[in-house]
Amino acid sequence: MKLIFEKSVSGRGCSILPPCDVESASLPYGLERQNPPALPEMSETDVSRHYSELCRQVHGVNCGFYPLGSCTMKYNPRIDEELAALPGFTDVHPLTPAEDAAGCMEVLALAKRYLCEISGMADMTFQPAAGAHGEFTGVLLIKQYHDARGDKARTKIIVPDSAHGTNPATAAMCGYQVVNIPSAPDGCVDLDALQKVLGPDTAGLMLTNPNTVGLFDRNILEITRMVHEAGGLCYYDGANLNAVMGIVRPGDMGFDCIHMNLHKTFATPHGGGGPGAGAVGCKEFLRAYLPQSSLMQEPGHLQVRAFCGNFLVVVKALAYLMMLGAEGVPQAAENAVLNANYLMQRIKGTFRPAFDRICMHEFVLDLSEFKKQTGVSALDVAKSLIDYGMHPPTMYFPLIVHEALMLEPTETEGKQTLDDAAEVFRSLYALAHSDPERMHKAPHNTPIGRPDEVRAARNPIVRYVPA
Amino acid sequence: MGSYIPSTHDEQKQMLAALGLDDFRELYRDVPEQMLLDHPLDLPAGMSELEVSRTIRALAEKNRRFHTVLRGAGAYDHYIPSIVKYIPAKEEFLTAYTPYQAEISQGILQSIFEYQTMVCELSGMDAANASVYDGATAAAEAAAMCRDRKRRVTLVSAAANPDIINTVRTYCYGTGDEMRLIPEKDGKTDPEAMRALLDESVASVILQQPNFYGLFEHTEQLSALAHENGTMVILSCNPIALGIMKTPRDQGADVFVAEGQPLGMPVGFGGPYLGMMATTSAHMRRLPGRIVGQTVDDKGNRAFVLSLQAREQHIRREKASSNICSNEALCALTASVYLSVMGPQGLAEAAKQSMSKAHYFEQQLCRLPGVRLIHEGEFFDEFLTALPKREAVLSRLSESGILGGLPLKDGVLWCVTEKVTKQQLDEAVSIVKEVLAE
Repeated sequence: MKLIFEKSVSGRGCSILPPCDVESASLPYGLERQNPPALPEMSETDVSRHYSELCRQVHGVNCGFYPLGSCTMKYNPRIDEELAALPGFTDVHPLTPAEDAAGCMEVLALAKRYLCEISGMADMTFQPAAGAHGEFTGVLLIKQYHDARGDKARTKIIVPDSAHGTNPATAAMCGYQVVNIPSAPDGCVDLDALQKVLGPDTAGLMLTNPNTVGLFDRNILEITRMVHEAGGLCYYDGANLNAVMGIVRPGDMGFDCIHMNLHKTFATPHGGGGPGAGAVGCKEFLRAYLPQSSLMQEPGHLQVRAFCGNFLVVVKALAYLMMLGAEGVPQAAENAVLNANYLMQRIKGTFRPAFDRICMHEFVLDLSEFKKQTGVSALDVAKSLIDYGMHPPTMYFPLIVHEALMLEPTETEGKQTLDDAAEVFRSLYALAHSDPERMHKAPHNTPIGRPDEVRAARNPIVRYVPA
Repeated sequence: MGSYIPSTHDEQKQMLAALGLDDFRELYRDVPEQMLLDHPLDLPAGMSELEVSRTIRALAEKNRRFHTVLRGAGAYDHYIPSIVKYIPAKEEFLTAYTPYQAEISQGILQSIFEYQTMVCELSGMDAANASVYDGATAAAEAAAMCRDRKRRVTLVSAAANPDIINTVRTYCYGTGDEMRLIPEKDGKTDPEAMRALLDESVASVILQQPNFYGLFEHTEQLSALAHENGTMVILSCNPIALGIMKTPRDQGADVFVAEGQPLGMPVGFGGPYLGMMATTSAHMRRLPGRIVGQTVDDKGNRAFVLSLQAREQHIRREKASSNICSNEALCALTASVYLSVMGPQGLAEAAKQSMSKAHYFEQQLCRLPGVRLIHEGEFFDEFLTALPKREAVLSRLSESGILGGLPLKDGVLWCVTEKVTKQQLDEAVSIVKEVLAE
């Protein structure tokens, strides 16, 4: 389909602004733009149709099942959107005097109360704009804590090899040397491996629990105790909190600080890649190190972005939390776990789960044997699922499982959806044995076929240039 | 009470039975018993949608509404064309994840490719990323991108927005790198002071155009100084001003960054906003974050994909250029729709009108006793004045539904956008006049 620039017609436009009602001022000499930017020139109809056309080439949660592991693609309630779009929120300037923004302050205070209770933390900041940004903020809490004590020898952050790529990248952004430790065969922390690397140079440990293969680490209390004994702190990557919210709290597992992805666990939409919100909570002893905006709050603190974060996303998460309440939060977790186990059970017998035991909110299939038998890869299966109206699972993650497909159905899917999805997996298992070629070429019913990614990287074209 | 779980109680029982379980708690057998919460969460009970709607609307109503906003300082109250609110609210755009599966994400990928092109058009650069969190993190990420093994120091103009300065400081604290502040002189970056700070350890200098006080900097002169020293120039610009202002590239920038909020996003108590970043071809592979590239599919048709991923955390882990993954894609879409609706003329008009109205307001205000510009020099749509009886003036404006300028240490920083009419400005001036006459 055409790019918006290819639809542009010189001289077209929309009628948005009235004529200027004051005398015209002009830029200082030499600072005027030489050529106007080549933005599209469109009528409003053109703009409306262009984006409607683009919209038809997107699979959203509203379009069908979206079991993208690690991403918690649950339904995003429309009411949350409506409330976050209230002019009473959208029109509030962040530097409005606090007494004139009492409603916004109350939103933040309420969201903090809900999330501190769920995470078992004492205080919270909403400044981080995403999960990785939350990790950065959280590890900076750890860094400030050691620095304030004059403990300069702590230069290492321990990260299991099953971790999300953001964990080591975050530790590096915080100036730490990353110590990767191998996981036990079940993806859980290998206590011996952990003990070996702990020492006076340990700043902390970053951990996801349930971990990235969807298992709850039974030794978690032992793990956090060991790190604390070595003088390090424990950071909880909240990416998988949906499995355990209201059931068990990261604070009670021994973690000192945590980020939560409001755009995963608390149902705010992903927006095609963002905005998210990465609320960071901490125990009392880290409270003084939470970031603050130097314009909006107190100067003299660290800060990770302007103002107080993605406020309107917090409004959405608060609406969701209020709706679920004390009993609804654990019910959501229980049903997320039930759905994952049920789907795994229904798929079992064809594709092989990497770990054949009760899982948490997600599970990983190991297709390495299947690939050997049929020549059909995890990628082929993922692409074939598209032809059945499903969004593919996460592929080739975690790195410790080969030919991995990671499925996270979430609690907002019903039994029928899971039964249908299991049938699709069963059909594809059969198809791989009868017509693998068809799967190598999947998907078949999409606007484009498989794109040439190597070409895109070798010869980068990252903007439109008129022919 | 509220729930988004479709499965009925019976279905849940059937599913548990299929697993050979009687109770949900058996799903949590790996969780050590002593850790399980033994009491309900200390939170209010769940509510229906109608109750939640009432409760949150009541919170929104607790905020004071201003019919006129004369405050900027990093968040700008420009007019948002109606369609700009509706297009990003389409459920597909709203609810999709990052477009990893290109075959069912062409709509999002193409919209980002178009956004990248528009950012390049505004900035004069060759390559833009798909966005970062906001203007302050864009500056901090740009500083990281300009560092190499030898050059580690970042200079930041003291005349930049304090939230930008402090965010850059924070990111530098993270990696253990040094940030030095270039002092300001009469509200602008002091070139002599900057020259004195430049040495072979300085990787980049961050300037803001127009700067925090609304003043135009002598960016070409400052860029030349930096380049003579082998230092890269990061220029943070107001994107509306770019409708009429020389491109950052023509002003000497190597990296362009911006807070994209003025391009169709509400002030929204601080977010979500949009971090814009672009650079020249030479530095494209050092950009952090996602980048969409054009390629072909297996039938040779044009297709778009997430590209150059070898820079990113999921591949490079601790060696990645940044840890960023989620960005502000929907805000980038919002900016694209805004720029498409405004077009080159509309954007220039918004810029000219904001500037003209700010100048009109400044002239009227500065006729009043004791009100005067603190700095000499040309400004865009913000300016800093001395203001006698500051608290009284701001509070009287507020009572009349006007959010006045931002009080700073030595004055009040005013901002006027195209949204404000001459009549509203005259009303504000007459209120200030009244208070000063009392």
